[in-house]
Amino acid sequence: MSIVLKNISKRFGAFSALNNINLDIPDGDLVALLGPSGCGKTTLLRIIAGLEQADQGDVFLRGDNVTDKSVKNRHIGFVFQHYALFRHMTVFDNIAFGLRVKPHKDRPSEAVIRKLVHDLLNLVQLDWLHDRFPDQLSGGQRQRIALARALAVQPSVLLLDEPFGALDASVRKDLRLWLRHLHHELNVTTIFVTHDQEEAMEVASQIVVLNKGKIEQKGTPSEIYDSPSNDFVSHFIGQTNVFDLQKGDSVWLKSAGIVLDDAEGITAHVRPHHIGVEKLADSSASPIVLKDWQHLGATIRLELINEALNNPTKTIFAEMPSDQFKQLDLNKGDKVSLFIKHAHWFNLAKPEVPEAAADFYI
Amino acid sequence: MNTISPVLTVHSKPLTIGDADWVRYALVALTLTIIGVFLILPLATVLIEAFAKGWGAYASSLTHPDTLAAIKLTLLTAAITVPLTTVFGVSAAWAIARFEFRGKSLLITLIDLPFSVSPVIAGLIYVLIFGAQGWFGPWFSEHNFKVIFAVPGIVLATLFVTFPFVARELIPLMQEIGHEEEEAALSLGASGWQTFFKITLPNIKWGLLYGVLLCNARAMGEFGAVSVVSGHIRGLTNTLPLHIEVSYNEYDFVGAFASASLLAGLAVVTLVVKTFLEWKQKQDLKASRKAADSH
Repeated sequence: MSIVLKNISKRFGAFSALNNINLDIPDGDLVALLGPSGCGKTTLLRIIAGLEQADQGDVFLRGDNVTDKSVKNRHIGFVFQHYALFRHMTVFDNIAFGLRVKPHKDRPSEAVIRKLVHDLLNLVQLDWLHDRFPDQLSGGQRQRIALARALAVQPSVLLLDEPFGALDASVRKDLRLWLRHLHHELNVTTIFVTHDQEEAMEVASQIVVLNKGKIEQKGTPSEIYDSPSNDFVSHFIGQTNVFDLQKGDSVWLKSAGIVLDDAEGITAHVRPHHIGVEKLADSSASPIVLKDWQHLGATIRLELINEALNNPTKTIFAEMPSDQFKQLDLNKGDKVSLFIKHAHWFNLAKPEVPEAAADFYI
Repeated sequence: MNTISPVLTVHSKPLTIGDADWVRYALVALTLTIIGVFLILPLATVLIEAFAKGWGAYASSLTHPDTLAAIKLTLLTAAITVPLTTVFGVSAAWAIARFEFRGKSLLITLIDLPFSVSPVIAGLIYVLIFGAQGWFGPWFSEHNFKVIFAVPGIVLATLFVTFPFVARELIPLMQEIGHEEEEAALSLGASGWQTFFKITLPNIKWGLLYGVLLCNARAMGEFGAVSVVSGHIRGLTNTLPLHIEVSYNEYDFVGAFASASLLAGLAVVTLVVKTFLEWKQKQDLKASRKAADSH
């Protein structure tokens, strides 16, 4: 294990930022700490780095207990959200900094430093910028220089705080892919913090979902997406339709294929692509009406409303491939019948009961 | 290619809203008159009076042993107080900008105390503590060490009035710059001192110099607090401002104004350097803000 966290807790005054966090991260993993803002993910990253001290619990890096070690002695690479490049130094000097501040006996010669820095600059494909100052670079360039600077000291763990948070959408897309490739090449255990689930799914090999200072779930992107362990994860990752079975959704859900004996406190989460839509010959048989639809490229998103409900404004989203949609030949206002291919349901009345989360397949 | 699109016309002055021309001219004229009467005219008087009896009299009054002693004492006082104030200012600003602790706002208020206390009272405090009738006076006189009516008292009084200058300048600056670059340096393995000298100091240098400059000007020009503790012993405990007063009271106008011209010269130099430093600091902050906003 490269990183092990044991019972980490942290409070800021009356606010509990982290609550008894336990986490093992194997060597070479690329992990996303994912959660809404204020969930404690950045605090956790800073505790791993040693920039913040936990009130309680231990941090192990490569088997060593580093809880009482300062950030200087943890041999980590940290990339800050706003890069924190040294504004009065050139790009070259920024990257060389970690090598030049080493104690005399460990410090490489200036010639070796020059070679290492240029190698890193080539790695991040920015060698031509070596004599610029940070304020002359674009956001994406700064991010890559910050990464090169962190890599210069050959850290065993790379920690990135919202690495793409301050970038334009198009630059972000490129950098995500690039980071993934870079990780393949270097194979350094990497943790990055993000609030963007799409980013976490795209980049990480493991995702840790945090909420209110607790780990909600840990797993591969497909585990997290396909079998969320509770309603928070299911809601936070990807789009989902939430049906409260106690409040009258059960009748029509029954018609769509879900039958439950005891609906008390049960919420069903259904992904849009798990809702099948069929055109009805007899238009009076179903209360579901196609209100509108949008073209999302390869898929079509349908907005459906249930006219039988007291509150017919609630929209149900369904998605299907666009050629399938063409075959259905639907128009706005058409009555359709739904069938649910897959649902997750959660018992909110007893959230602590693990069986409360279950899969439902047809 | 000198096509200028009409939408991009640049106004050399901002368009005023509502104020008529005469209001503007009247205000400018008033300001200039006030500056002329209260600032330029006195400064000119200093120079005119200093050279009233010619260059020779000016030079000889400046090279008089008492004047030279006063200059020396003033420089000595500044040489001791400015470094101490600088060290204090940097540590206080560091503590306030970087850490959260109980009593922080009280500390900030206390740092401002010398600004709100009359310098004469500051001097008096030291007389009461270290004077012959004061708390520690007897102990010091037993050990044959003079504080009041001697150089240590002058240094203490000057320290009291100058110690907010550097801290006041650095606190907002360090709060604005933030902590991230220092954290980055630490994460790269730099020690605390390396971080301070390689990262913090270069980032705050213009603000620091600015504070040091103002502190120096005050240390050399302080009258009230020093006057109370100095004892006005010619050639021994007279700083330049005190020397001016003594000379003037003895009707040695050329001597008084010649010394005054030195302080006035210091003020002008300070002003020029101050403007330069302010400009430099603004440039740096602009660059850092640009560096912080990625888009």
